[in-house]
Amino acid sequence: MKSEPRLGVAWVRSREREMEGWDPNTKSTLTQIPLLTTKAGPRDGAAWTQRLKEEYKSLIAYTQMNKSNDNDWFRISAANAEGTRWTGKCWYVYNLLKYEFDLQFDIPVTYPSTAPELELPQLDGKTQKMYRGGKICLTVHFKPLWAKNCPRFGIAHALCLGLAPWLAAEVPILVDSGMIKHKDDATTSTESS
Amino acid sequence: MACLCVGKCFNSVEWREMEMEMELQNLLSDLQSLTNLSLPDPSLHAPLRKIQSRVDHIANLAKAEPVRRSKVKDMSAEVVDSNPYSRLMALQRMGIVENYERIREFSVAIVGIGGVGSVAAEMLTRCGIGRLLLYDYDKVELANMNRLFFRPDQVGMTKTDAAVQTLSDINPDVVLESYTLNITTVDGFETYMSSLKNKSFCPNKQGSGVDLVLSCVDNYEARMAVNQACNELSQTWLESGVSEDAVSGHIQLLIPGETACFACAPPLVVASGVDERTLKREGVCAASLPTTMGVVAGLLVQNTLKFLLGFGQVSPYLGYNSLKDFFPTMQMKPNPQCSNVACLKRQEEYILAKPARDAAAKAEMEAEAPSTEEGPLHQDNEWNISVVDDCELDGPDTRSSDVLPEGLTHELPTADEFKNALTSEAPTNDNDDLEDLRRQLEAINSA
Ligand SMILES: [Zn+2]
Repeated sequence: MKSEPRLGVAWVRSREREMEGWDPNTKSTLTQIPLLTTKAGPRDGAAWTQRLKEEYKSLIAYTQMNKSNDNDWFRISAANAEGTRWTGKCWYVYNLLKYEFDLQFDIPVTYPSTAPELELPQLDGKTQKMYRGGKICLTVHFKPLWAKNCPRFGIAHALCLGLAPWLAAEVPILVDSGMIKHKDDATTSTESS
Repeated sequence: MACLCVGKCFNSVEWREMEMEMELQNLLSDLQSLTNLSLPDPSLHAPLRKIQSRVDHIANLAKAEPVRRSKVKDMSAEVVDSNPYSRLMALQRMGIVENYERIREFSVAIVGIGGVGSVAAEMLTRCGIGRLLLYDYDKVELANMNRLFFRPDQVGMTKTDAAVQTLSDINPDVVLESYTLNITTVDGFETYMSSLKNKSFCPNKQGSGVDLVLSCVDNYEARMAVNQACNELSQTWLESGVSEDAVSGHIQLLIPGETACFACAPPLVVASGVDERTLKREGVCAASLPTTMGVVAGLLVQNTLKFLLGFGQVSPYLGYNSLKDFFPTMQMKPNPQCSNVACLKRQEEYILAKPARDAAAKAEMEAEAPSTEEGPLHQDNEWNISVVDDCELDGPDTRSSDVLPEGLTHELPTADEFKNALTSEAPTNDNDDLEDLRRQLEAINSA
């Protein structure tokens, strides 16, 4: 292979590609989610409390926006007082049927430098697009965009950029291949436990 | 799944052994009752006795304990078949290593007991390392069998337990500590930090309780957590990684304050030469090969041994491109604008310690003694990285994407400045009440 001066070229290319690969819908939704300002993780005491407030505001705005756009697709709330563990549900409608899954994640100690790893435990082992423990496998586009926008992206952005496209890509495959069945469609439901 | 055994926990091999033993007992008692019957045909007695003695023999064989070697008090250089350390002590006789037996004083923490970490652990165990601390939260799966170390009969065990099982068999002299936890979570991280700080193994040791941390994890999040802990503890570590397409890898030495930390610059990746956009990612997260992982584990442990025992040179960064058999190297100095607060603190300390380092270097030159016999080698690291001249530290930071050597590229971009913000920020008001916001979200959630 010919050796090119990778340096600048790769850099420029990565900037051009920053929002390449995202569908227009995701892009426009993303820009409407309020950004965050405090760079603090769960070990940062008072600064984390400030960050947590920003997370809530951003999540409230995003949830409201989804509802008013008739695109409500998740519920999430803190599972502990420190706001380091979050649990809830997410769902996706395919062929007019709603498929719902448990959603959970921890806020990593290095947050927001690293994004939370979103988990759908019920789908663990059912798709290749998942790491062990049910952590969803994000696209090549996610991590660069997250890194570039640290600390402005929060939980709401992770859901919008990470989970929403994942569900849109994987649920149809999982349903069509018979890996998951709709809960009204089977005697033993695979998506409720 | 939680193990339901009461008291001692049996793995699948032990269960199978117990079952076999019970079956043999049953077979023996069946035979016994058969011979006790007054058989009509006396010619049957002889063959029956023969069967009985064969079953007895098998039962005795099954009962025999597997061969376990006992602990060794001192490492002997004696060249006999029964000495597990003779070939290692030969390194000393040949003049490669000055004092091999020091390896028993060292503690190494291995984070991630997967395709690289487990093999690194086995290598260090066979080398007679003093103490290994193993961290992983995963279980052994059949899908791991394309890699080295774990066996199919260990499927279902935690990787840390399975590793302890195998490693303690191979070398009972090594002190093994296993931690089944995820270091990226708040609780896991705290336990991880305190385990590194524990100095009970070698109370006189300077710094933390371990001599080196090996990062053998497979994701950015966990590497950043290792980086955070090591920056806070001023702990030298070696990072390792294998690309998701399984054809390249790297190792990197990180000395807080002295070399770039993992957050100083976007992580480097070895360019495989395959255009990322032609790489087919549909339907898979990651590929893996025992070869690439074995090579990276070998490079990692070789540099660990050099670092601990003070021979050769430790590579600041060594890449491995398996498609071209190309090994790019480079070195990186810390970024004065690093986003990691602990990194900046370490950088400051390193600069403040410059006069002391200079004096020590001068004294060493004057002494002209080639031997560096006493003192922990990793305390004074000048010998192992010829990297950065101190004068360079005063100049502006030149480490940027356009000084990367051929064959290396950055994996992630650096964070943008705020001026490029996508939209307006959320209005921040310190008077907001957290509990109030929580209730607001709950209200919308249940609406
Ligand atoms: Zn740094």
